[in-house]
Amino acid sequence: MTPLPHHDKKTEDSGLALSKELLDALAKFKEIELEDFELIAPELELIWEPGVAGQMMPKLKIPGLMAKPTALLQAAFMPPIQTYPGKIAEVKLGGTKGEGGTRGKSQIVGGETSPAFYTFESPLAHPPTITLDVFDMEVPLSKAVKMHVKEVIGDPAAWAKLAVEKFGADMVTVHLISIDPLLKDATPKDAVKTVEEVLQAVDVPLVIGGCGDPVKDANVFAEIAETFKGERFLLSSITQDMDVERCAKFAKKNGHAVLSFTPMDLNLARELNRRLYDFLAPEDIVMDLTTAALGYGLDYAFTNMERARIAGLMGDNELAHPMSSGTTNAWAAREAWLKMSAEWEPRELRGPLWEVTTALTLLLAGVDLFMMMHPAAVKTLKDVTNKLVSGSKADPSKYANWVSVKA
Amino acid sequence: MSKKAGTKELSPIDIYKLLPKTNCKECGQENCMAFATKIVNREITIDQCPPLFKKENEKNYLKLKELLKPPVKEVVVGVGDKAKKLGGKLVMYRHEFTYFNPTAIALDVTDEMPEQEIVSRVKRTENFSYEYIGYTLKLDMIAVRCTSGDAEKFKAAVKKVAETTTLPLILCTLDASVAEAGLMATPKANPLLYAATTENWKDMAELALMYKCPLVVSAPNDLNKLVSLVKTLITYGVTELVLDPGTFMNEGLSDTINNFTMLRRAACKGGEELAGFPLMGVPMVAWVDKGDAADEIVKWKEAYMASMLVVRYADVVVMHGTDGWSLLPTAVLRQNIYTDPRKPVAVAPGLKVFGTPDQNSPVFFTSNFALTYYTVASDIESAKLNAYLIVVETEGSAIDSGVAGRKLTAERVADAIKASGVESKVKHRKIIIPGKASRISGEIEELSGWKVQVGPRDSSEIPKYLVEKWQP
Ligand code: SF4
Repeated sequence: MTPLPHHDKKTEDSGLALSKELLDALAKFKEIELEDFELIAPELELIWEPGVAGQMMPKLKIPGLMAKPTALLQAAFMPPIQTYPGKIAEVKLGGTKGEGGTRGKSQIVGGETSPAFYTFESPLAHPPTITLDVFDMEVPLSKAVKMHVKEVIGDPAAWAKLAVEKFGADMVTVHLISIDPLLKDATPKDAVKTVEEVLQAVDVPLVIGGCGDPVKDANVFAEIAETFKGERFLLSSITQDMDVERCAKFAKKNGHAVLSFTPMDLNLARELNRRLYDFLAPEDIVMDLTTAALGYGLDYAFTNMERARIAGLMGDNELAHPMSSGTTNAWAAREAWLKMSAEWEPRELRGPLWEVTTALTLLLAGVDLFMMMHPAAVKTLKDVTNKLVSGSKADPSKYANWVSVKA
Repeated sequence: MSKKAGTKELSPIDIYKLLPKTNCKECGQENCMAFATKIVNREITIDQCPPLFKKENEKNYLKLKELLKPPVKEVVVGVGDKAKKLGGKLVMYRHEFTYFNPTAIALDVTDEMPEQEIVSRVKRTENFSYEYIGYTLKLDMIAVRCTSGDAEKFKAAVKKVAETTTLPLILCTLDASVAEAGLMATPKANPLLYAATTENWKDMAELALMYKCPLVVSAPNDLNKLVSLVKTLITYGVTELVLDPGTFMNEGLSDTINNFTMLRRAACKGGEELAGFPLMGVPMVAWVDKGDAADEIVKWKEAYMASMLVVRYADVVVMHGTDGWSLLPTAVLRQNIYTDPRKPVAVAPGLKVFGTPDQNSPVFFTSNFALTYYTVASDIESAKLNAYLIVVETEGSAIDSGVAGRKLTAERVADAIKASGVESKVKHRKIIIPGKASRISGEIEELSGWKVQVGPRDSSEIPKYLVEKWQP
């Protein structure tokens, strides 16, 4: 299409719409070099007569600049398609029966070749996966969440069943909170037992969550990795201050994937991934760049993830991993759970909407795996991603009349 | 070759070359180079250099204008101090540079609503206010929709709204004669006119020229038509445009997100001037196919649609639901997305003093993650407490993630207590720790020698906690 010059006012009689500023400038500066002129009005189409430049005003021939048009001028929009040298690694989670595990089916995360939902450019490789949080002991939960799970608190197997059968989870995260030395200090054997129960209860792939103690987590992960060789768990998570070599080795040996967790710093993320590459393939690593709640640092999380994804696609292999988000962190925002004055109530809606908003923001940054909590938030994220991957199906006639709708 | 603002390689040197280079300080800066640096960071504008307006500098002035012109035009709606700037975006991605002009949120009224409903919706929009870490979140505009098809009714509704508020208006009707009636009711208010289509563009263009108001261009899900309209309208002389590629729920979600993304990329990365205008999103389309759904469900959908559009480049959104629970997440998200990404994640560790504490005043600690700190600080301030707050170096981690990620450790807390000098300021040796750090309470006692009191999990409960549990 032919881009048009900017213009504000029309000159009186000619109908030639051209910026007065620009005309003045042209009249005033008699010497106009091509380069300079382009700086002033880069899109003007100029016809230069050889030998004339540098003398007087150049002759301008500006197509399309007529009196007020009487019919629609046609222009074409060129979809701005780009290609990328990089591709996000594909990580398979959950070992099926044929693969030495017991899962009904696997989940694949990652594999993107474009930024998140640029489906005008290339289709999404795999829709995002949702894994629901299950805790192995009582933890503080907001009221809006608790009302949906109160029957199963303290019973991880029943909780997992509820998450899969009722809430539609693709996966389940078993948070082994009780192994925390500062809490119950449960043993690796206890943890194995919990995982065994959950494996029996559901047939989706599992994420195994630790307590945050670098030594205890490594010990427990080691025991679980060996006991459940072939199940291809996602071990959540491996951090800088753990014995990275040991963890990577037992993951590799027993066919599990790891979640490489770093606190909102892409350099640290690259560094940890590099340490893991000595033992693991890119297809064994999902990364967690830290999720902060809407209102409490989501901006940092969003930009960090968007940057990482673009860097990965542009060929930075150390960041070309699928991304996981602890979206449950949305509940750390007080607006998600606090009883507020009447105009902001009910919190039973505000809370899950907080989680949804956090999730959708990060969905658009490129997150592949969501660790979530509230059933309504899970359902919404599923609906939205299904719609986003279903392709070009807008029916303008259905929504174009919003102006006159009597809502 | 020529550089443009959208390409972030613009360096102070590019600007400096075009300045008068006299270091006259009339701009209030030390020299031209300092001025150029501020220009590149968009902290000041070139109009603040008076010598640039001299005749001999005109050429350079125009070059600078062109160099600094944002790839997405800035369009002003409304008049006075409530006027809203839309667009003016320099970049596509937030990490490239700050986004300017936060997405304006408009709530609607219709010309068939009873007068008191119109007034109460307008008041509600105007009075929406939420205090959030030192910011006040507000709504921005009123969209008046013609649902009656009757020009006189529309005129009366616009008049009523304009009498009630100084918020900028969006006049919504595809019928030019109705639009004109609306404009006549508020001829000087610079409202945003919605919308020019392939059917009515000529009449709408005439109105936009006559009333000198900005105009929305609407071509639902047809970007070729959209840019054709833009080209036509610009040639017609209408330059203050806002683009509406259509907002579609459900099966249209994918097209919606793609259209917004393509337009913004074409403008910022492709230099496509016909796409270089602010974008309008209409989350209220959720109400079009409401059917039997409960109002809450529709508000929920509208809210998440609005949030997705805030992330994906909408410069103005029109909404219908007025509930606080459904508007708040979008309002907070908008604030988040539009903060300067260069703002540090962490605040300086050390002792912060609130009010006029004495030797019996309580001592708290928190992390140096900026948002944690500001949240705690604003809770202590707004309750007018006299207290000491020790900011512990956690490398920008919040309390819970700091404890989990070993960025907030008992060692660090103990060191911070020592370094703060608070020991010479209070008689007691009791520290109130965040509830989310309760896991390390024992270790803190051991290492610091201070008695630990585990405080609330959320700092909003600090005032209540002090009343119930604090004794020096
Ligand atoms: S006013 Fe202009 S010329 Fe003078 S110091 Fe500032 S930038 Fe330089």
